[in-house]
Amino acid sequence: MKNPALKNLVQGFWRKDRTSLARILTLAEKNTAESRRRLSPLYERARGIKKIGITGPPGGGKSTLINCLIRSFRARGQTVACVLVDPSSPISGGAVLGDRIRMQEHFLDPGVFLRSVASRCEPGGLSRSAIEMTLLLDAFGMDEIIIETVGVGQSEIEVAGIAETVLVVLTPEAGDAVQVLKAGLLEVGDIFIINKMDRPGAQALYYEISAMFGDYRSLAAHKKVLMASALENKGIEELVGAIGEHRQYLDQTGQDGRRELRMRHLLELVMNRFRSELAQKLLKEHPGLVEEVCSARLSPHQALKKLEGLIKKMLKGRSR
Amino acid sequence: MGSEKIRILVAKPGLDGHDRGAKVVARALRDAGFEVIYTGLHQTPEMIVESAVQEDVDIIGISILSGAHMTVFPEVLKLLKKKKAGHIKVFGGGIIPRDDVKKLKAMGVLEIFLSGTNTDSIVEFGKKKIAGK
Repeated sequence: MKNPALKNLVQGFWRKDRTSLARILTLAEKNTAESRRRLSPLYERARGIKKIGITGPPGGGKSTLINCLIRSFRARGQTVACVLVDPSSPISGGAVLGDRIRMQEHFLDPGVFLRSVASRCEPGGLSRSAIEMTLLLDAFGMDEIIIETVGVGQSEIEVAGIAETVLVVLTPEAGDAVQVLKAGLLEVGDIFIINKMDRPGAQALYYEISAMFGDYRSLAAHKKVLMASALENKGIEELVGAIGEHRQYLDQTGQDGRRELRMRHLLELVMNRFRSELAQKLLKEHPGLVEEVCSARLSPHQALKKLEGLIKKMLKGRSR
Repeated sequence: MGSEKIRILVAKPGLDGHDRGAKVVARALRDAGFEVIYTGLHQTPEMIVESAVQEDVDIIGISILSGAHMTVFPEVLKLLKKKKAGHIKVFGGGIIPRDDVKKLKAMGVLEIFLSGTNTDSIVEFGKKKIAGK
């Protein structure tokens, strides 16, 4: 983008022009050296407001719930921005982004800004640029910022890294509380919402999650579980109240319970790097071995024994 | 590293309740690597343009089977200009008489794909007209 055009956009941003905001968000997504340089004064103006992350299995009603939250925030006179992340196809690289469909009543509200983002196959499922977008929306002056992510892979860890309050949306059909434990959601979530509360099994799931809080008291000390029905607008004010209480807790204790999560996130990123380099090396230097494993002439464990040498070398920092 | 993904808004305006075609096109575009935003049925031109601006899409694809095209397309073009979003292009598809296709193109609609068009043509158009711009 030519310099004068970018300058105009930045001026438009400061004047609170939404078209300029939208185009600047696109530049952040494209992440060229020039845009990084020109946008850094904007990033610096982020106030550090507390953000809301929403995650959970697909089909849980996250978008419908966000629609209700927007209504509630707007009734309080607050402006709301949402970053809605959906997965990109790992095969084609494309995506269908449909979270907006649930929020149509807010399309023409000048106090609401909705942006759909494709994960673009970043390992965690949450795109790098989603993080930068939240900074820009903060700098723009939005009162509330909500980030929605599809709850697969490690995206829960990533959203917990960005958002100070993480909402986990579950439904009675999606399975039992054990799934929550398995997926690591207990660590990540601050408020657990059992959506579609009118469906059978909702009460049972509520008790199961509460019981888990009891079993893991040190981990779950300030976590909450609530029932809601986004479609019927039930439980929303309680949810808004719980978000407020969580924010007060963060202010009072100065804690955010994210230490282990950040460690996990760092390890995850390091392992991803190591993993991809090792895999490439393996395919390049031992194609015969790989073929033997693929055609079941050699088991993966037998192949691993043969690769000990390679792995040792990589760990010592020497390459072949 | 920048990413050259093309973002398209697929829009269903007005009373037309048939969105199978729009969904087929959306999936074909996704399979060709585009990022497609679909906002559902019964959109007004204002809603379409507002969504397109917030999402900063490269192009809007409007699907009309109801005959309202000579009202909807001009309105969308007008609103885009009003919001200083003339950089967002417009194309469309559905049931539109050939004479009207000519008129719409004269107004600034890039292309109209009539019912029965192969999705490959739409993908080609997307890649050439937008990626090659």
